[in-house]
Amino acid sequence: MASLAIKNLFHEKVRLVVTLTGIVFSVILTAVQLGIFQGFIAASTDIVGKSNADLWIVSQNVTHVEQGVEFSESNLYKIVEIKGIERAEKQIVSLGAQMKKSDGSDEGITLVGSDLDGGMGGAWNIVEGSLEDLKKPDAIFVDKLYAESKLGITKIGQVVELNKRRARVAGFTKGIRIFTSQPAVFTSFKNAQSFLNMREDETLYIVIKAVEGKNLDELKSEIAAKLENVEVLTRSELVYRQGIYWVIGTGAGITVLVAAALAIIVGIVIVAQTIYSATVDHIREYGTLKAMGATNFYLYRIIITQAIVSGLIAFVIGISVSLVISRISLEGTLAIIVNWQLVLALFVLTILMCCGSSVVAIRKATTIDPAMVFKG
Amino acid sequence: MKAIEVVNLVKTYGAGETAVHALKGVDLDVFESELLLLLGASGSGKTTLISIVGGILSATSGNCVIRGREIVGLPQSKLPKIRLENIGFIFQGFNLFPALTTQENVEIALDLKGVRGGKAKKRAAELLERVGLKEKLKTFPADLSGGQKQRVAIARALAGEPPIILADEPTAALDSESGRLIMDLLQELAHEQNRAIVVVTHDNRIFDYADRIVKIEDGRISKDESNEQTDAATWMAVPSASVNIPQTA
Ligand SMILES: Nc1ncnc2c1ncn2[C@@H]1O[C@H](COP(=O)(O)OP(=O)(O)OP(=O)(O)O)[C@@H](O)[C@H]1O
Ligand SMILES: [Mg+2]
Repeated sequence: MASLAIKNLFHEKVRLVVTLTGIVFSVILTAVQLGIFQGFIAASTDIVGKSNADLWIVSQNVTHVEQGVEFSESNLYKIVEIKGIERAEKQIVSLGAQMKKSDGSDEGITLVGSDLDGGMGGAWNIVEGSLEDLKKPDAIFVDKLYAESKLGITKIGQVVELNKRRARVAGFTKGIRIFTSQPAVFTSFKNAQSFLNMREDETLYIVIKAVEGKNLDELKSEIAAKLENVEVLTRSELVYRQGIYWVIGTGAGITVLVAAALAIIVGIVIVAQTIYSATVDHIREYGTLKAMGATNFYLYRIIITQAIVSGLIAFVIGISVSLVISRISLEGTLAIIVNWQLVLALFVLTILMCCGSSVVAIRKATTIDPAMVFKG
Repeated sequence: MKAIEVVNLVKTYGAGETAVHALKGVDLDVFESELLLLLGASGSGKTTLISIVGGILSATSGNCVIRGREIVGLPQSKLPKIRLENIGFIFQGFNLFPALTTQENVEIALDLKGVRGGKAKKRAAELLERVGLKEKLKTFPADLSGGQKQRVAIARALAGEPPIILADEPTAALDSESGRLIMDLLQELAHEQNRAIVVVTHDNRIFDYADRIVKIEDGRISKDESNEQTDAATWMAVPSASVNIPQTA
């Protein structure tokens, strides 16, 4: 009888509030910790993950894109004939550039230079300025996240010194994070070459867009067969390498991962404990039902209805709060990313936990102890 | 006709050194239309006996036949149906669902029987009217007196139309007037509706309602007499420990 389940739940308001608070707290804790972890992953991989490229050609043994070594652009000409390639462009990602601040000190930046017509490698999330402006010599886009705080850049037209060269701020991006907390600076491939004093016939990366429907693994081997001393990776392979290097390799992500794992465990324990005690509180009623002839199935249905309803209410509250926290965090330096995958995973986890712990509790009632129902 | 037939029933809780021999071979028949009082000192095995008869506790050995059906040794999964069709329990502590109104408390018993919706509401109202609670359909248990609560519990037990009603100390928590009201009801259910009713009690105020009084002592039936043969007063006057027990074989 579903109504007994629901009425029991709402009968004792205090108990309900306690139960919901426990679950809401667990949902928020877990969502925020896993969100921070996702923020770490995003910061370490966005420069590859957000690119529109299907394949990246990188110098050999690259563990992360910020570490690429120059190779000849002739590689680009060797592969242009390949049918499966829709577009191939040169790309630069480097964390070796320095910007001089007004106080005379240097600030390291991550410089991204790409073919602006292709739109594969950047810039993304443009909030001020246009890509046309970025094509002009010396033009750069700076990400707003650290533009003012780290570089003292506040407006378009500001002139700054980048690797001892003059650069002019032509626009801003927003929300591009780099794992090292360096400001992200975008420019054209040509500008980046000159800021980095690279030879004109060299590049750091080649990014490739495949023809619609082309099998990427096949294309990858076709390209690799034509080139020497470079590696061809799919975007997800490179994202994975990025993630492993920054999050695991540097050790920085481990603490976040441990915190996230602890949050899951604490969340599970709280939910289990809350639902378990809420169920045990009513154990005599379940025993009575059993004595009245209710089957175990009937009891399970009541218990699980209660667990799912409390889980649902608490989840909706908890996840709403988490989404607000996430939204606010994206304005600041610590990104807490709560995406739909995380929401879905937490939903399943919450409901399973609620059902699981109530079922454990109800086992007490399904084997009735007469003393329990008969005591005065 | 026999509603309950108990033969050489044994119940031992636990095993080894800590084993408690709660029932040591009980024989007892209970007939339709009979109101039987089960007496005995605390710990003598009364609750254990009616729990086994009611199919919520398994026996160690012996037989217990409920309206022709042996229930000792039946798998757990078969018992709910037997309880549903044969047994109505009444408890000392009433065991009502506090979140439900009196009417809903009765409806849930009907729900177990597959009676739902408007039909269940109507039937629940009828049952509550029968126990004199017509005015209290929408009242929650917390707002009822003990006697009223027990009457709701009886209405709930009756919802399943059980041929057997097992009551453990139904009047212990009630004042004597409420207790008598409950016993009037139970007596009517036995005599006018042919139900077999077993009432476990310490309450000497209600002895005169019994058709038969059975005494259990240390896990054995020590006395089993029709109430007409005995003066109820002798049961009251003699403390259980000093009763001269004719051993039942
Ligand atoms: N679950 C159990 N485990 C172990 N021993 C038990 C259990 N339930 C009852 N007993 C023991 O079995 C014996 C009979 O208990 P039972 O509850 O049947 O007595 P009772 O006649 O109903 O007593 P009371 O009048 O106090 O309710 C007692 O010694 C009791 O301690
Ligand atoms: Mg007892």
